[in-house]
Amino acid sequence: MAERVAAPEGAPAKGRVAERRTVESAVVRFAGDSGDGMQLTGDQFTQATALAGNDLATFPDFPAEIRAPVGTTFGVSAFQINFGSRPIKTSGDRVDLLVAMNPAALKVNLQDLNPNALIMLNSGAFNDKALAKAGYATDPRDDGSLEHFRVYEVDMSGLTLEALKDSGLGKKEALRCKNMWALGLIYWIYDRDRSGTIDWLRSKFSQRLDIAEGAVAALNAGHAFGETAELGPDLAAFSVPPAEIPPGTYRNVTGQQALAWGLAAGARAAELAMTFCSYPITPASGLLHAVARLKQFDIRTFQAEDEIAAVCAAIGASYAGAIGVTSSSGPGIALKTEAIGLAIAAEIPLVVVNAQRAGPSTGMPTKTEQSDLYQAVYGRNADSPLVVLAASSPADCFYVAMEAVRLATKYMTPVMLLTDGYIANASEPWRLPDVAALPRFPVAFATDPEGFQPFSRDPVTLARPWAIPGTAGLEHRIGGIERQSGSGNISYDPQNHQDMTNLRAGKIAGIAKDIPLQSLSAGPEEGRVVVVGWGSTFGPISRAVDTLLCEGASVAHVHLRHIWPLPQNLGALLERYDKILVPEMNHGQLITLLRDVFLLPAEGLNKVTGKPFMIAEIEAALRERLE
Amino acid sequence: MNVQSPLSKPSFKDFASDQEVRWCPGCGDYAILKAVQKTLFELETKTEETVFVSGIGCAARFPYYLTTYGFHTIHGRAPAIATGIKLANPALDVWVISGDGDALSIGGNHLVHVLRRNVDLQILLFNNEIYGLTKGQYSPTSHVGTRSPSTPGGSLDNPLSAGALALGAGARFYGRSVDTMQKHLPEVLKRAKAHRGAALVEIFQNCIVYNDGVFDHFTDRAVAADRQLLLEDGQPMIFGKERDRGLRLNPKSLELEIVSLASGDTDDSDILRHDVRNRVLAQMLAQMEGPDMPVALGVLYDNPAPSYERQVAAEQADAKAAAPDADIGQLLYDGQTWQVPSQG
Repeated sequence: MAERVAAPEGAPAKGRVAERRTVESAVVRFAGDSGDGMQLTGDQFTQATALAGNDLATFPDFPAEIRAPVGTTFGVSAFQINFGSRPIKTSGDRVDLLVAMNPAALKVNLQDLNPNALIMLNSGAFNDKALAKAGYATDPRDDGSLEHFRVYEVDMSGLTLEALKDSGLGKKEALRCKNMWALGLIYWIYDRDRSGTIDWLRSKFSQRLDIAEGAVAALNAGHAFGETAELGPDLAAFSVPPAEIPPGTYRNVTGQQALAWGLAAGARAAELAMTFCSYPITPASGLLHAVARLKQFDIRTFQAEDEIAAVCAAIGASYAGAIGVTSSSGPGIALKTEAIGLAIAAEIPLVVVNAQRAGPSTGMPTKTEQSDLYQAVYGRNADSPLVVLAASSPADCFYVAMEAVRLATKYMTPVMLLTDGYIANASEPWRLPDVAALPRFPVAFATDPEGFQPFSRDPVTLARPWAIPGTAGLEHRIGGIERQSGSGNISYDPQNHQDMTNLRAGKIAGIAKDIPLQSLSAGPEEGRVVVVGWGSTFGPISRAVDTLLCEGASVAHVHLRHIWPLPQNLGALLERYDKILVPEMNHGQLITLLRDVFLLPAEGLNKVTGKPFMIAEIEAALRERLE
Repeated sequence: MNVQSPLSKPSFKDFASDQEVRWCPGCGDYAILKAVQKTLFELETKTEETVFVSGIGCAARFPYYLTTYGFHTIHGRAPAIATGIKLANPALDVWVISGDGDALSIGGNHLVHVLRRNVDLQILLFNNEIYGLTKGQYSPTSHVGTRSPSTPGGSLDNPLSAGALALGAGARFYGRSVDTMQKHLPEVLKRAKAHRGAALVEIFQNCIVYNDGVFDHFTDRAVAADRQLLLEDGQPMIFGKERDRGLRLNPKSLELEIVSLASGDTDDSDILRHDVRNRVLAQMLAQMEGPDMPVALGVLYDNPAPSYERQVAAEQADAKAAAPDADIGQLLYDGQTWQVPSQG
């Protein structure tokens, strides 16, 4: 019966391949010129892979130049996906299959390949001019430099043009469909359903159906090529069975998408409108774009004239009774610092999102790093404590954003939320939460004029009342000049400044009582080595620790969401291990904080290459300490 | 906080807070404070719906001396903070208090953008051509040659004209007055308040300690009538103690020039009439300065356009109306999702 039913267009051609080699996981990287549509190709492969039931993680790696000169190495844009039938924690250490659309893409990505990796290269783009542009003195296909890999050359450009010769598209437009040809071939190799991509192309290009059909034709042609060509025994097709994944409804999210939704959910939970104020900066701008599409949720967005205006407008909005949010990356946060001090002094709720990037100064804007922890915890003039949180994965951004809104509004304080370039842009499948079970924390503005004082204190939280303009009888004046405790009037009284400084510190320190105790991500409650991480190192640490635990090693993983204040039990927890290892994508910052607070003999594992840790790097460091 | 005797007759003093005013004796800020309080009183302002936002400088203490809501912020940033207040709650009446250093130097960028963006604010720029709070350094409006602790040989750089800058930035309202003009100043402030959008009012303010008398050449009682052009919309531009001089446009040089009415060498029709909607005229008036020409005071330009925060609010209201049931669950679960069934 079933065999007679015509398969829907694009469905996997099950059964036509004699044998597919089953693999547990695979790392595929699409690489091409920045105009070749590699990010889009990767996104589509990700969707198809998620629908096939694999666990996955992705990492886009694109150049800072929007359209670098065609064919140059610095114009190469890549998208990597790690997917498998086992839990996937990172976008993968080493690449198993590289799609190289031109010589430059081959050149810059070669160093990241597994020995014996498969390279599908677009021979149509390998000519003398392109080789020269990529800086190749000799053709790498002939000079032996690829001898450790399995290379499959196919003229993707030519075959795309051939497939689209009757499409009505001009040569230039037809050639732009070669990424879909490549995607079709990779779909065949990994037995993916391409119908989702076909639907997406037709909806995306609904105004240009000739382009949509051209792209679909290229996709189908690439797929058909896989089916019919003799790829040879080395290049067998693969099967990656579904992973064992907890039941639920899933979707793919990037960090900036989840963060936008988490902020919206946080504002809803606080029963507040949100005013989101930002200034464009890589890699934080995506958050502004995502939030700008959420206006139906009582969210107003404001693209300010500069970083300072952005944070100031957010402070003004909070002063007026919305939750003010600003976002940036390290250099922009530096500019906002004085205003953040005002929010600390005047005790105004504020969420500051920092998508960290490699620095100092302009550094490497599109490359990831987690080197703004000092800036977040210590980086202001005077004694000016605030709350610091860090998201550990793209989906985690949702929950951390809600927590940021909760703490900012409950304690009348700025909260710094740290993500990084990796988390912001990477994606992972997210098991969606039961929305009804999300926390709620409605804000109660002050309304009663009887005995009202703008700098009185809640006895438990030490927060001052939130009294917003428009409320009759609560008119008051606040500012950055030191305030008399209680009345808020200007005060230069020495003892008052001592008291207010103590109060500001005590209020933030007291938040430790209102956050979860630190739990273990993995491993025994005492033992040889504990790995302490924060932020986007969660993936590689987690996989490395899991591997060693399977071997019976005495190793545990602690991952911090609350960077300041730290969880109350953290010091006692860490003391139960012989050694403490702190991997960070910086020169050693959390480690300073841990030594500062707990006087613990922690050791650092530090990497600042602009790329995430490899699992193998952390595993090796752990093995060394377990010897 | 709002300490008043219930028996006293309502007056502008009802807008004075219980805080002791701490400007130097004789400072022009006292007069401006009084003029603002008078304005608020005469407009029957609701204190709970009014916010005064200031930056840093002598002028910035202003909010503490009023019974409205007040926010004393950081140097130069009051326009940005005020923008956030208006974005969150467009119904509030928001005034920005700033000085020449605050608005034109450290905060110059915010002033330019708040004006071109047209956020509905009254921005009062107290211009005393000096840094007072930091003890007398020259400011961006100081005249070349100003001797100060940081320029003992006299300042070298050209001053900035607040009016020319504002109009160049696309301001829709620019007015001017003098601290001691207690009838004139409240009228300009009322016009600023009536203007929906960003309204910049430059107030020439005397710093009695560091720059005393810097505006005497047109504010001194003895010369005021001859050195001030008091603008009124639709009226001919005539000035002088005897109202015997007028302004006309020299068609060859495209400059304003003075015509003596008594000499009879011109008839009245040559005299320009003020038009608050004429930007080109406003720009010429803003740049007119002594000693040869009078200083234009009053409303130089008033030509309203839709304000930014109301457009933002309207756009958001539209988005909400299009999706009245927007909820977080729908947000998360819409789009490309997939089910993983329970196994076993």
